[in-house]
Amino acid sequence: MSDPRYADRTSRPKTVERTIAVCFTVSLLSTVGFAATYWQTGPDMLLGVFFAMIFLGMGVGVIAWGKYLMPQGPFVEERHPLTTTEEDKQEFAEAFGRGADSIKRRKLLGKLFVAVNGVFAIALIIPLRSLLGAKTPGSELYHTNFGKGTRLVTVNGEPVTLAALDVGGAQTVFPEGYVGSATGQTILIRPQTTPLVTKPGRETWSPAGYLAFSKVCTHAGCPVGLYLQEFKELLCPCHQSVFDVSTGATQVFGPAPRPLPQLPLAVNSQGYLVSQHDYDEPIGPGFWSRGALWNGHNS
Amino acid sequence: MNLSAPDFGHEVRFGMDTIANMGVFRVRKMDRVNVSTRREDGQEPRFESHERTYEPRVSPSSANSNKAIAAVPRWVDDRLTLAKGGKTFLNKIFPDHWSFMLGEISLYSFIILLATGVYLTFFFVPSGHMVLYHGPYKPLWGQHVSEAYMSTVNLSLDTRFGLLMRQMHHWAADIFIAAAVVHMCRVFFTGAFRRPREINWMIGLTLMLLAIVNGFLGYSIPDDLVSGTGLRIAFSIFESIPIVGNWLGYAVFGGPYPGNGDVIFRFYIAHVLILPLLILGLIGAHMGMMVYQKHTQFPGPGRTNKNVVGAPMFPTFMAKTTGYFFVIVGVIALMGALFQINPIWLYGQYIPYKVSYAVQPDWYMGWLDGALRIMPSWELHLPGHMIPNVFFPAVLFPGLTFNILYAWPFIERKFSKAPDIEHHLLDRPRDNPKRTGLGVGVLTFYFMLFGASSTDVLANMFHVSLNTVLWFFRFAVFIVPVIVGFAAFQLAHEMKEGPQDLGKRKRHNIVVRSAQGGYSTIPVEGRPGDGHGEPEPEVLNPEVLHPEVLHPEVLGEPLHADLPL
Ligand code: HEM
Ligand code: FES
Repeated sequence: MSDPRYADRTSRPKTVERTIAVCFTVSLLSTVGFAATYWQTGPDMLLGVFFAMIFLGMGVGVIAWGKYLMPQGPFVEERHPLTTTEEDKQEFAEAFGRGADSIKRRKLLGKLFVAVNGVFAIALIIPLRSLLGAKTPGSELYHTNFGKGTRLVTVNGEPVTLAALDVGGAQTVFPEGYVGSATGQTILIRPQTTPLVTKPGRETWSPAGYLAFSKVCTHAGCPVGLYLQEFKELLCPCHQSVFDVSTGATQVFGPAPRPLPQLPLAVNSQGYLVSQHDYDEPIGPGFWSRGALWNGHNS
Repeated sequence: MNLSAPDFGHEVRFGMDTIANMGVFRVRKMDRVNVSTRREDGQEPRFESHERTYEPRVSPSSANSNKAIAAVPRWVDDRLTLAKGGKTFLNKIFPDHWSFMLGEISLYSFIILLATGVYLTFFFVPSGHMVLYHGPYKPLWGQHVSEAYMSTVNLSLDTRFGLLMRQMHHWAADIFIAAAVVHMCRVFFTGAFRRPREINWMIGLTLMLLAIVNGFLGYSIPDDLVSGTGLRIAFSIFESIPIVGNWLGYAVFGGPYPGNGDVIFRFYIAHVLILPLLILGLIGAHMGMMVYQKHTQFPGPGRTNKNVVGAPMFPTFMAKTTGYFFVIVGVIALMGALFQINPIWLYGQYIPYKVSYAVQPDWYMGWLDGALRIMPSWELHLPGHMIPNVFFPAVLFPGLTFNILYAWPFIERKFSKAPDIEHHLLDRPRDNPKRTGLGVGVLTFYFMLFGASSTDVLANMFHVSLNTVLWFFRFAVFIVPVIVGFAAFQLAHEMKEGPQDLGKRKRHNIVVRSAQGGYSTIPVEGRPGDGHGEPEPEVLNPEVLHPEVLHPEVLGEPLHADLPL
């Protein structure tokens, strides 16, 4: 009886050998197929299949070789305990003590050295400020480019008139001159043709039934782009927060913690929709000092 | 010589340790050519000291060809004196168990990531600069797109091999992290993180963290609508951090997102250079530590806390692991060829006001997305300041998750009654029902969060309102894990208390009908192949035996470390 630790792990080594040979041949032929496909500008899908076959052929063959035709043991190897002798520990401690002693004896120098390193670390942080880019966090967190009498324009930059939307319609608008603005993006909707007072104090904000809300979700900042005409609701596609338009885009569902700020609208003398003033709170998701630096809207 | 293992004294005649120790093979050849295989102490070689006597199986003629092969390591050793290390390396024993392959899958997908990633860098343009598209993909003609987006589209649709490389890269990333997670589970449930492997557990966790971050960065840089929306959310998450949030967000993104596109270049450098270097270094440390501490093993015949039983590094393990590498490349290539992933040309360029439907991050962000979704609509208002909603699910929660994971080996140690010794024999999950129950419960919790990241999809699929699905998850996320965890605990407990051979392979039962008409089952005795008939393990590398320095206090037989919960 031959030693099973070294013996083939199969009763039919010849068959296994032949199978492995077939695997390697498949691999070899796939290389040819791969090169030919590349040469002929074949589709990547075919390239990929050949590429995969090259590796699968080799892989399966080599695994089978290792699994059936190589010594499996069991063999045993002893572990070294992961510890050292008391002597070593002693000498290690001594070597460390030798250095530490001479450092400890010079108290003032030691402390100064630590201080210098601390200062150095801080000095290294300062240049990181350059990463902030041109802007430090500031007014753009609190204000948009809407002001008194700013015309609303479409994505093409065309000013919006009262004829822009049918009842039930919705459209993305921006402050004039800032098309595409990430903070100024606003959704204009028209649930009805008569003024719709969403909250006390907003009696004049909805000429001819036009309402405008910041399009930046108060949850995590996605564009709140879906207007569900039937329910008069705005839906954010990111985490499904739902805002009820008729009550001032108050959050009725999902994680959004605050209503979408409403933009007070008016119609100017040429018949264009304009903002009465900027949003009267910072738009979008919250941040630490959101309440602190807010000093009313620009008029 | 006072070794407890056989010592093949005659082998010194080859003069080379390396050969000598591969040379247990050689012993047999020598047998045939009539060289004594007797040990110096006059005893029979070990393989003859069993009840069975094994015959050599290599023909004498191959002894010559072996001499030629032997010249290679000899040549190397003469120049680099590698014999000692080389011998230990080639003789290193790897215990075999399918679950030890999981880490390898991670490792090899990472190598694929490096290779495919380098290819992609030759074509990708990391720039947020906007240009008018007039490339090969007609539907985009006349649109303003960033150079990053354009180069990714062209690389996908107009570069031979490009799409395949891109899709392989993406699939490899998903598999890399998936394998790391499953690997972590195996380390957890088998207790492989216990002393002395706590540091490797923490390195592993860091790897996972870096892998997730790097995956997100890579996903973001093509600047398409879906990933851009993800970046917008990430920016909000940075901003939600108390006190430093705004500054941190601006510093990372180079101003408010999307800003002037700096962020594409920054994330690119982080994605292709900084994080890969960190990951590479840590993988080196992870592997180095594993080699140094040696692999753990499951209990079995001949296996103790003081040894490793398995197959040798060379050739067996080397062949298998190389084969696995090729197979993983093959499988990922097949996925890259056949399954479309992230077709950004269909999504379009990221534009801040454009809405993308079906926003789905890569799977490994699902738990965070789910947490964001089911968080109630609260935020904390303080005088003049606030802590935004997203801070809790997206900063605090993952922070806690990773901190607890980092601390886990020490937490368990603190509550464990077992002695503080080295653990090299693994627990089977049933051996520690408390750990298993807890682990399964926690996993279920994250799995439920992952499910919650598809509230909209589930609502559509089951034709129920989004509202119902949301409220279901808000409760189920906490209730289901308790139930599942408890069930796992019970199961493990019963298996532990039950007959000890439970779960072993190939044990047949005989059903016996008694005279009274009752039925009972009698398990059949174990048979060879069950692991019962395994031959005695043999020592490959006798030099490593130093029984006199074995420290029983650290290598004591492990008790089962149960947590008193
Ligand atoms: C992210 C990339 C990772 C790679 C490439 C990787 C790779 C590997 C490999 C190849 C092994 C040896 C084989 C095995 O047991 O699977 C291993 C062992 C180990 N890994 Fe990882 N791993 C990764 C992540 C992790 C994570 C997330 C953890 C846990 C938090 C972890 C903890 C460990 C531990 C404790 C061992 C030693 C296990 C033992 O000896 O039984 N690793 N790793
Ligand atoms: S960003 Fe709108 S719901 Fe999360």
